Amino acid sequence: MRGLIFDIAHLLAGSLVLVSFIQLYQDRLTALLNVFALHAVVLALSVAWQAFIQGAPHLFVTAAIALVFKGVIVPLALHRIIVRLGIHREIETVGGIGLTMLAGMGLVALSMVVMLKATAGADPLAREDLAFALSVVLIGLLMMVTRRNAVSQVVGFMSLENGLILAATGARGMPFVVEISVAFSVLIAFIVIGIFLFRIRERFDTVDVSALDRFRGDRG
Amino acid sequence: MNEYSHLALAAVLAIPASAAALLAAVPGYRVSARLNMLAAFLTFLAAASLLAGRPVPGQYLIVDDLNNVFIVLTTFVGFTTSVFSASYIAHELESGRLTPTYLRFYHAMYQILMFSMNLALIANNIGLMWVAIEFATLTTVLMVGIYRTHEALEAAWKYFILGSVGIGLALFGTILVYLAAQPVVGEGLDAMVWTVLIEHAAKFDAALLNIAFVFLLLGYGTKAGLVPLHAWLPDAHAEGPTPISAVLSGLLLNVALYALLRFKVLLAANADAVTPGPLMVILGLASLIFAGFMLYRRRDIKRFFAYSSIEHIGIVAFAFGIGGPIANFAGLLHMTMHSLTKSAIFFAVGHIAQAKGTQRIAEIRGLSVSHPALSVAFGLCVVAIAGLPPFGIFTSEFMLVTSTFARQPLLAVLLGLGLLVAFGALIWRLQGVLFGEPTGPSEQPTATLVPIYIHIAIVLVAGVWLPWPFVRWFEQVARLLG
Repeated sequence: MRGLIFDIAHLLAGSLVLVSFIQLYQDRLTALLNVFALHAVVLALSVAWQAFIQGAPHLFVTAAIALVFKGVIVPLALHRIIVRLGIHREIETVGGIGLTMLAGMGLVALSMVVMLKATAGADPLAREDLAFALSVVLIGLLMMVTRRNAVSQVVGFMSLENGLILAATGARGMPFVVEISVAFSVLIAFIVIGIFLFRIRERFDTVDVSALDRFRGDRG
Repeated sequence: MNEYSHLALAAVLAIPASAAALLAAVPGYRVSARLNMLAAFLTFLAAASLLAGRPVPGQYLIVDDLNNVFIVLTTFVGFTTSVFSASYIAHELESGRLTPTYLRFYHAMYQILMFSMNLALIANNIGLMWVAIEFATLTTVLMVGIYRTHEALEAAWKYFILGSVGIGLALFGTILVYLAAQPVVGEGLDAMVWTVLIEHAAKFDAALLNIAFVFLLLGYGTKAGLVPLHAWLPDAHAEGPTPISAVLSGLLLNVALYALLRFKVLLAANADAVTPGPLMVILGLASLIFAGFMLYRRRDIKRFFAYSSIEHIGIVAFAFGIGGPIANFAGLLHMTMHSLTKSAIFFAVGHIAQAKGTQRIAEIRGLSVSHPALSVAFGLCVVAIAGLPPFGIFTSEFMLVTSTFARQPLLAVLLGLGLLVAFGALIWRLQGVLFGEPTGPSEQPTATLVPIYIHIAIVLVAGVWLPWPFVRWFEQVARLLG
């Protein structure tokens, strides 16, 4: 039984890393949002499993937030926004997809080496969970760096945050996990509303961040 | 005595929180600006009374050697900034850059910011501290974007994204600290309570603590504006309202550094953990030298001083990285002095920019002819921030350079280089602002210069003679920091 519990937790956390990789090679915003919804669903499953094996019912709240807010509401809202903004076309990336994937692999290897070495004394379940979580965080960061489009940067940030939630639930008995996931949801809601408002006010012609760089204050 | 101090501690949080609710409801900027000042002043009084007696640390809040003076400093600068803000805001309203609705929002946000910074400082819980700093970030993001121009929104967006990444990394570090503590302290809230952590720190897993510190350094370092994580800082300073620039530079950077110091104490208490020194020295030196050179190319006066803040935060990080009683002492002193001087500078810059109607250095000329009173105040601030005697920043920089020379001569050369580069930039770029043929409008600002002079007076007194209670406090904390 112990082995099965471990294997399922491992499977779910590993799938989260896999979905992160799938996000990396999406070149359309709509597809990216769909994959992100999948990411949130996998996270919800993983958190729910942790809640079950740790006997920590409050974690089910975190799982529910992940499922409903990040798996359904945010992707739907972003879908509507990108359709309205007419940017459901290609994502510009810095460097090619192949290069990004290679960098992603490097980051996963790095987080495995670092975390497994550093946590040699810890509980094996928490240990592997943490290594996976760090991979998800780093891939999220990579995505934010390699995408110029504001919406895909937000998706990168949200998957980074999913990694953090995974790490927080993996740490047995950590307080504030639910509060933290609520706080993050508020933060994300702010970001989404922000994108929407920028457009409504018509301050920006595009939400492409490179276009925002028109003004750097020190030129000219 | 103890009951009173509990009350005072509660007041430090309750006053700004209730003032925020009140200010959100009060229309009319004159009333709300006064209320804002009053609330900030009362918070300062409550914080100052904590110097006399401290409550027993609970599971959530604490007042100890490390944060006592920071709370007083934060609430004090919060108060003087609210005084400056009252005159600044009146002008913004006249010139139509802000509407009354936004002003209401601005005042409420100002108090929320004070609340979250105070909470971050007195939190006895690393989770609560993290939440408070996230909250402070979110508040400042909204305030940076308050002018709603293209540039302001861009600055706010950049700050938002970088700040969120930083805050995410800091959370990961916090989780790792919890994991390191959990086998020793046990599951649950205790493993996040600062006083419990420090008691058991010697038995924690050193490898986990090391990794945790790297994430915390990157995360909170982003908030503190250390190079290469500084990209949000100049934009946020230049595009937001000037009182917010003053609070950002003077206080929020300090709060982020303070969070790092807390964790540094934790590492110092664990014999097997690496000393975080080299990392902080590298980031600090990089910030100092990079910002020093960047100063030469700035054309916007607020952006110029934002880079100067990066430079000074670099000096502080360097000092704590070198470690030892004297360098830590210098670092603490420098944090305090920089916070006072830089907020005074932003007050002066705010008045100058309003009087001249521009932030471009090239268009601000001959201030000593057109605005003599303002130019004296500004000149004193510049002399102080450049690190010239007899001001406090000279004292701390001198202590740092000499103690570094004694221990790491090579690093001291680099430190000296960075200081000189920045010094040259300050003098070169700002003498034109002060002297020469005046340009632009010469209407006299009616704003009060009192907050600037109070700050400068404190910095001057600290440079000439530091009162012994402060010396003792600095020494105690410097020892704690290892």
